[in-house]
Amino acid sequence: MSGSALGYRASATLPVWAEVRRQATRRRTQMALGFMVLLPIIILIAFEFGGGGGDSGDQNGGAFGSLVDLATSGGLNFALFCLAVSAGFLLVVVVALFCGDPVASEASWGSLRYLLAIPVPRVRLLAVKLAVALAYSLLALLILTATALLVGTLRYGWHPLGSTVAAAIPPGPGLLRLLGIVAYLAIIMLVVAGLAFLLSVSTDAALGAVGGAVLLWILSSILDQITALGSIRLGLPTHYSDAWLGLLSTPPQVDDLVKGAIAAICYATLFWSLAFWRFTRKDITS
Amino acid sequence: MSLSSRLRKGITRRRVIAGSVVLVLVAGLVGWAVWPSTPGWTATDQRITVRSGPGGDQPVELDTRFYLPRDRSGRVPAVLLAHGFGGTKDSVSDDAQSLAERGYAVLTWTAQGFGRSTGQIHLDSPDYEVKDAQRLLDWLAARPEVRLDAAGDPRVGVVGGSYGGGLALLLAGQDPRVDAIVPSITWNDLTKVFLPQSADPTTATGVFKKGWAGLYFGNGAAVGQSALGGGTGEDAGAGGGAGATDPACGRFAADVCQAYLQLATTGKPDAATLALLRRSSPATVLDKIKAPTLLIQGEVDTLFPLSEADANAKGIAATGTPVRVAWFTGGHDGGAGPQTDQDRVKFLTVQWLDHYVKGEGDAPKNSFTYSRVAGFSALDRGLVTNGYSTDTYPGMTGTGSTQVSLAGSAQPIANPPNGNPGALSSLPGAGGRLSELLGGIAGDIPGQFATFESTPVTSAIEVAGAPTVRLRAASPTGEATVFVKLYDVDESGAETLSAGLVAPVRLTGLPASIDQAHEVTVTLPAIVRRIDSGHTVRVVVATSDQAFLTPAQPTVYTVQVGGAITLPTVVGTPIANPQTIWRYVLAGLLVAIVLGLAVVLLVRRRLRRRRHDEVVAEFAETPLVVRDLRKAYSDGFVAVEEISFTVERGQVVGLLGPNGAGKTTTLRVLMGLTMPTGGDALVFGHRLSPGAPILSRVGALVEGPGFLPHLSGLDNLKAYWRATGRPESDAHFEEALEIAGLGDSVHRKTRKYSHGMRQRLAIAQAMLGLPELLVLDEPTDGLDPPQIAEMRRVLRRYATDGRAVLVSSHLLAEVEQTCTHAVVVNKGRIVASGPVDEIVGESPSVLLDVSDVPAASRVLQGLGVRSVTPDGPSGLIVDVNGTARAEVVASLVRAGVDVDRVVPRRRLEDAFLALVGDNSRGSGDR
Repeated sequence: MSGSALGYRASATLPVWAEVRRQATRRRTQMALGFMVLLPIIILIAFEFGGGGGDSGDQNGGAFGSLVDLATSGGLNFALFCLAVSAGFLLVVVVALFCGDPVASEASWGSLRYLLAIPVPRVRLLAVKLAVALAYSLLALLILTATALLVGTLRYGWHPLGSTVAAAIPPGPGLLRLLGIVAYLAIIMLVVAGLAFLLSVSTDAALGAVGGAVLLWILSSILDQITALGSIRLGLPTHYSDAWLGLLSTPPQVDDLVKGAIAAICYATLFWSLAFWRFTRKDITS
Repeated sequence: MSLSSRLRKGITRRRVIAGSVVLVLVAGLVGWAVWPSTPGWTATDQRITVRSGPGGDQPVELDTRFYLPRDRSGRVPAVLLAHGFGGTKDSVSDDAQSLAERGYAVLTWTAQGFGRSTGQIHLDSPDYEVKDAQRLLDWLAARPEVRLDAAGDPRVGVVGGSYGGGLALLLAGQDPRVDAIVPSITWNDLTKVFLPQSADPTTATGVFKKGWAGLYFGNGAAVGQSALGGGTGEDAGAGGGAGATDPACGRFAADVCQAYLQLATTGKPDAATLALLRRSSPATVLDKIKAPTLLIQGEVDTLFPLSEADANAKGIAATGTPVRVAWFTGGHDGGAGPQTDQDRVKFLTVQWLDHYVKGEGDAPKNSFTYSRVAGFSALDRGLVTNGYSTDTYPGMTGTGSTQVSLAGSAQPIANPPNGNPGALSSLPGAGGRLSELLGGIAGDIPGQFATFESTPVTSAIEVAGAPTVRLRAASPTGEATVFVKLYDVDESGAETLSAGLVAPVRLTGLPASIDQAHEVTVTLPAIVRRIDSGHTVRVVVATSDQAFLTPAQPTVYTVQVGGAITLPTVVGTPIANPQTIWRYVLAGLLVAIVLGLAVVLLVRRRLRRRRHDEVVAEFAETPLVVRDLRKAYSDGFVAVEEISFTVERGQVVGLLGPNGAGKTTTLRVLMGLTMPTGGDALVFGHRLSPGAPILSRVGALVEGPGFLPHLSGLDNLKAYWRATGRPESDAHFEEALEIAGLGDSVHRKTRKYSHGMRQRLAIAQAMLGLPELLVLDEPTDGLDPPQIAEMRRVLRRYATDGRAVLVSSHLLAEVEQTCTHAVVVNKGRIVASGPVDEIVGESPSVLLDVSDVPAASRVLQGLGVRSVTPDGPSGLIVDVNGTARAEVVASLVRAGVDVDRVVPRRRLEDAFLALVGDNSRGSGDR
């Protein structure tokens, strides 16, 4: 006997679909998802106008450089290239946006307190917001991949996934490898998602949460470049962020992927635990 | 809130402590990671003079370093650790330290002719370098720390790579005191190394491997930066005690120097050269080696290819001595190889020494291990290899073989004069640029090569061993020097020469016409490679190679490769990669997270149910009971000291107080946004806490409206109601919209609303679902007078049907006109409470303005009033205590006191003014 109003059930508050609609009506959601469609098209146009890669002077690109050369060799390679150029920064920003914004923006509008007064249990509010934010992040990643695959295949054809790392992979298994890379990127992005979400429940400024997460990610990337740090680098969340390249070799090298996944899941769990712990205890002052 | 108080709030003691703990933890972790640990070994440098030479009478001073384990009990087994060509004792210091830490006494020394040691380079001659090593065994036997098998016979293993590996083999063949050896990337027969001949049958001597030989010679002559053995020669040459050095020979012994000059000039060895090379070859002593031998050979090695280790293994095993072979991806061209290979080699070495020298651990298995390149590491751009093992060593011919047909007619190929321009297959001495070498730096010169190619292979071929082809050649001079190579060609046409290995062939007695040529079998260098399905196999016969000396005369040969190439195959069992442990860690982590989450959720649900199901029966029908509520913030600020009041059904209760009295904090607690530090609030008997289900019977407007700016007013209400999860029919949107009175503006985005419009929409939102208790914080804020009047009617009407309304305000008139009951708060405490009529009704006190205050006071006291308080120069506040006001005035007038003004006072005003009077500055943000 909880004494609640007729028709009220704590587990029915803030339905996932309601949150999806709440976010879907926002301009920033539409823009971010739209850009995911636009980016492969922009890259495609750039390749069309840029002619045949005059940048051959740069031989320091390593495995990444080869991705540029191979980008126009087929739809799979084009999608791979789009993922590779987005993984370092664009995806981080988009994921930070989706995960850093939902709680902080509700707080800044003042609508958070009304949700909590419904009452949406705080744990449920966070869980639904997080789930929807993660779903949107994944959707963005999938839209980017699908669009790139589509326009790349229409323009360059359905060819094996090539790389200078190992032999070309036939289109069928190549598609699976590409999906594996998408899955790994999704897992790595959990760190950003965790960090942004923690900042989101800690501040009323949505921009602060998004920017803070991106900033810390960049800081980690910079520290990872400093080899003098030795084994400390292994613990950085960004250390294994390029490990997906291992999926291009035959047989795929998954050891670094596994380690990267462990690190990402540990960080994400830590950040989310802190976020829930904080949010269920703090006074809502917005 | 002011900046300073924000700061104060920001730096609480708890935060300082938490921050400090984190800082200390991070600092500790970093410190622990970079703190230099005490090494588990000690080392002493010593110059040891040994006598060697054919007569054992030539003194040589060797620069040595002796490592001992720091923690040792009793005598420990020893390891003699030899360096590579051009190196010094320092080249092997890492290996020496790690062996010393594993409990071995390790003696390293700079071989004679190198570094600070005296003497000359005799190419591991049994009379010189090997004798030096024998004397070092004597020295070890005399050390009190070293375990002995017998007097003068130390328990010792000999480990070394390349030049050091050759020494290990030759020493074990010459001195029975050696208990085990681990020679790596070393040779079997120097004549075959420098004069390789891949064709059979033929009596012709091989092709001079000028690239490597020159590098070797240059290295010893000008001993400086070493390309061999991976080390740097410290102060190389400076310590050479041989006096003035010959500019042509450097520190090489005269006979070695002579042999090189002779061979490099002609490309064909004379008897003395052959004898010298034979003397320095383990091939001559293999049958005498009784020490168990672990042979480690590199797959990327154009100097000492895998066939050298194969010959050693066969020769030693022939006498029944235990031999084990391991291949790794590396060598003189490939360097130390990927980390996984280095780890495997190190493990095998330690296992071998532990059993055969230290006497610990089971006998190592006889299995053969090798590795194959899997691709590049994504992180450090290094190579990644997969390890494989088979039960026994398959040799050069594999455990099986695959024939691949080759197509191609006899082709003429031109030998360039003096080998220029020459094809490039490997870069001797480039050292360690494994990835480039594996990718193939191959470049064949047009006109100089013939191609014989297969159709794409239908299934992958796991080649491990030396492929063979049949070759026929014709030459107008009767002689031909050609290089046979095996390319793996992928679908896109890119060709890869595995490890840069080529098979040099020198044939003599050839006919001028290909028709009369006899077939010879050409054994290509052993490789480990997977030829993927869809790739083609291409055999190229070329006339030039920059690593070899080719005939100076331009000639045109005709060559024809037989119909098929035989590829030896080995299907090994993949070696369990120690990295796979991480997969179990990942799985365990996921399970732990899921379990942890489940436990937390279960515990929470149980606690929650217990908490929310409690009812205080006494108040089960009372909309709101607040009992001794107190809220103190973590920075010590007390917003609410103690507040108690009750809201009954049908009441509109006004919470009246100046700004900062604690009204909003009280309402925040009622909404479950803030946790009280003391007391509680009950709604229909249920204790309020964040997320308490009973909150669903409360509608609220606290601290202004909060809407999604990008939605219209109506959409905002709908979005809000969707979030409640309750049926839409319960919302009563029509009534709410009517109250909001926004007209068509309800379809505009709330971002464009005025403050008053938002306020009305917020009140409408609070009323959605017609909650039984409505809590409104300053509801008339921003409304114009007609709207305020309307709102008062709405609220009074709302509080019928058993519903109740709690309104907070800082305006006395507001509460007076809207509410049935009022609670006056100030500084977090209740000042007055009760029905508004009662509070607002006439007060027993009267304010009088009189002409003579002292006279008036006297008169009034005579009337028996309760109190007289002066108020200003001419004012008096009088508690008349039941005496009629008319009588008071009459009495004063009778006494000659003029009365300017008589103002009856009201209770609420009394209370309110009393607190506002002494609190005009406000008390902060509550």
